[in-house]
Amino acid sequence: MTIEIRPDYAETVEHPVSPYLRMDRIPHVWCPGCGIGTVVRCYASALERSGLDLDKVAVVSGIGCSGRAAGYLKLDGFHTTHGRAIPFATGLELGRPELTVTVISGDGDLIGIGGNHFIHAARRNLDMLVILINNFIYGMTGGQNGPTTPLDAISSTMPFGNFEIPFNMPHLAASSGAPYVARWTSLHTRRLTWSIEDALERTGFRFIEVVAPCPVLYLRLNKLGQGIDRMRYYHDNAEIRNGADPSEADIDFQGRILCGVFVDKPRPTYRELMQAHYREVLGDEYVPMPSEGGMIHGE
Amino acid sequence: MEFWRTPLDADRVREPRADVYVLEDRCKGCEFCVEYCPRDVLAMAEHFNSKGYHPPMVVKTGECLNCNMCEAICPDYAIFTVKLPEALPATALQIAGVSRSSSS
Amino acid sequence: MMADPVGVLTGPHYMDGDVACGEGAIAAGCRFVAGYPITPSTEVVERISHRFPRVGGTFIQMEDELASMAAVVGSSWTGTKSMTVTSGPGFSLMMENIGLAAMMETPCVVVNVQRAGPSTGLPTMVGQADVMQARWGSHGDYEIIALSPESPQEAFDLMIDAFNLAELYRVPTIFLMDECVGHMTEKVMIRPAEQIEIEPRRLTKLPPDDFMPYKVNDHPVPEFARVGDGYRFHATGLTHDERGYPAMTVAAQEEHVFRLSDKIRAQADDIVRFEEEGVEDADVVVVSYGITARVARASIDLARDQGLKVGSLRLVVVWPFPENRIRELAGSVRGIVVPEINLGQIVLEVERCAAGNTRVVGVPHAGGAVHDPATIAAAIVEVAR
Repeated sequence: MTIEIRPDYAETVEHPVSPYLRMDRIPHVWCPGCGIGTVVRCYASALERSGLDLDKVAVVSGIGCSGRAAGYLKLDGFHTTHGRAIPFATGLELGRPELTVTVISGDGDLIGIGGNHFIHAARRNLDMLVILINNFIYGMTGGQNGPTTPLDAISSTMPFGNFEIPFNMPHLAASSGAPYVARWTSLHTRRLTWSIEDALERTGFRFIEVVAPCPVLYLRLNKLGQGIDRMRYYHDNAEIRNGADPSEADIDFQGRILCGVFVDKPRPTYRELMQAHYREVLGDEYVPMPSEGGMIHGE
Repeated sequence: MEFWRTPLDADRVREPRADVYVLEDRCKGCEFCVEYCPRDVLAMAEHFNSKGYHPPMVVKTGECLNCNMCEAICPDYAIFTVKLPEALPATALQIAGVSRSSSS
Repeated sequence: MMADPVGVLTGPHYMDGDVACGEGAIAAGCRFVAGYPITPSTEVVERISHRFPRVGGTFIQMEDELASMAAVVGSSWTGTKSMTVTSGPGFSLMMENIGLAAMMETPCVVVNVQRAGPSTGLPTMVGQADVMQARWGSHGDYEIIALSPESPQEAFDLMIDAFNLAELYRVPTIFLMDECVGHMTEKVMIRPAEQIEIEPRRLTKLPPDDFMPYKVNDHPVPEFARVGDGYRFHATGLTHDERGYPAMTVAAQEEHVFRLSDKIRAQADDIVRFEEEGVEDADVVVVSYGITARVARASIDLARDQGLKVGSLRLVVVWPFPENRIRELAGSVRGIVVPEINLGQIVLEVERCAAGNTRVVGVPHAGGAVHDPATIAAAIVEVAR
């Protein structure tokens, strides 16, 4: 170990993120230069700053490289089926309303196979924070084209270049009704951490897209260098404009990445709407599910 | 930083200083920390860690300001800083002697 | 523990199987339902959407069946008894997440009100062709429990058993109704809450530091920890070890998959349930389930009128299959007749267990209606010869 250490310090000093990670599973599976580890650290940092009771925080991931995130966080975590992290999280948050539920997954998982669930959860304003780690590719399976892969990019299933127009995720989330929509890159560690912290203080379907490098697949297939080259690209091409119109947030191949908090307009959550409605219609007969959940306790 | 005169609050404000801890065997050699340290405190070492990557090492002893960027950006949780309890006082002599950070 | 009286509509009712099924779920303590409308099951969720707001339950109509099943698995981890309701096409969509429930050992109930298939088939007409799918529908090796009611009364009673079995064995439990029973209106007697015994979620009493989500001790089913109770566990669909962490090795796979199967197979004798009538001295036994069991009674009467000694074995729990009993019977009867509203699914199990010791004759029906009792009676007569 290379330690610049003063003699009066303790022998073992742990990395500050250790209390939030399953240290028995570190080192993680992500590649050198991959941005997912950074996003997980920013999420842990935001949790620390938020002061939330971590016993009541649950994290749900789907399948993919980003889907491994739930496995490394020391929270009640679920590694579910491909694309179904959001409905799984719906069951969690409706079954025990006091939980704080976060979905961390990738672009292919959340908006490819999971696209239908994404737009409906946003429409209903279900109460969950969704962190979409966008590396523009299906990483785990070897670099296939995805719904966010930029035009002309090479992938293993588009070897002659992508001819499909990708989704503009902030635009899709905003138009589906998400009350909080933001995009950052994995270079913007501080702003991302603050954004996650702000989102954790809010309710409803909060959406944060984090553009992150995939050096072994997206960068290599497109000859874009290593992770560090990607970070330099983010540095030179990320444009932070809070309050920008999300419809301008398209990302062309090696083009501008518009970042910032685009939408911050709270509106009633699914549960608030449901309870208010039933109260109005059924009056005293309405029995809402208690926030500790629908579990029937034995005697 | 170089100042053309001693700042008026030089007796009250002290630049923080921190120790840098590198958990060498976790490092995967991505170089993010080296690139984004605002004081160029780090450089990639000549030696390898047990996995065959070059980890970072501190090349400017005593100049880490505890900005925490390396810790924040490292994807492998391999580097962090611990703020030292006593910061070095900023005297005119030392201000003149501190080198300017070359890039950001 | 006893059922919560707030959910139990004690007394006599005149209701159809779907409605009775919904009432059974509520009486069993189900408080989360995620569903999607599909004929002929829709009345179940319609009833639940009507009743849940008054009993503290949450019903959400999800955007599709895949989301419904995923939400049910998620909700079950909060300790809430959860269920979804569907028919053939939706059942096919739910398969991946039924596998997830089996892998994560999540108690839940999936009601399949079977209709004639394949594909869109005959949406409003009966079938029983999902029996094998209930057992093998998702990929990989796993076990489930499946029950089949023959009347609206049983649709109520067996739902309580379904939820209890799901809790005891931590498996997705399939409720194989069929459209006839679902849409048949009959008298249903709902007993008082104090007479309805329900299984509570088996929560661990260990402190978080000592707890491992998939560690079994003397009981073959691990104890449960709720999300939000401070256990900070991890559950995954990947092959995992006792800690719940992915363990992708051959040894872990062997240990895990065999345990998942043995959970049910080794305890099958406690789980199987069937109703026998007149098998003690029978020459022919009719093995049936669901609505076909009622039709078979008429057939058995016809055969007995001709002087034949016929017994009936009605499967109440279809999976695990009562292998031992069928083996036993195969040694003492001249033949077994298996009428079903499909081209022959449970008959394959009967053949397998009979192992050639007796004649096994299926009476298939492509679907859309119940058998003509005369057809089954003719098969009985033929076998008895």
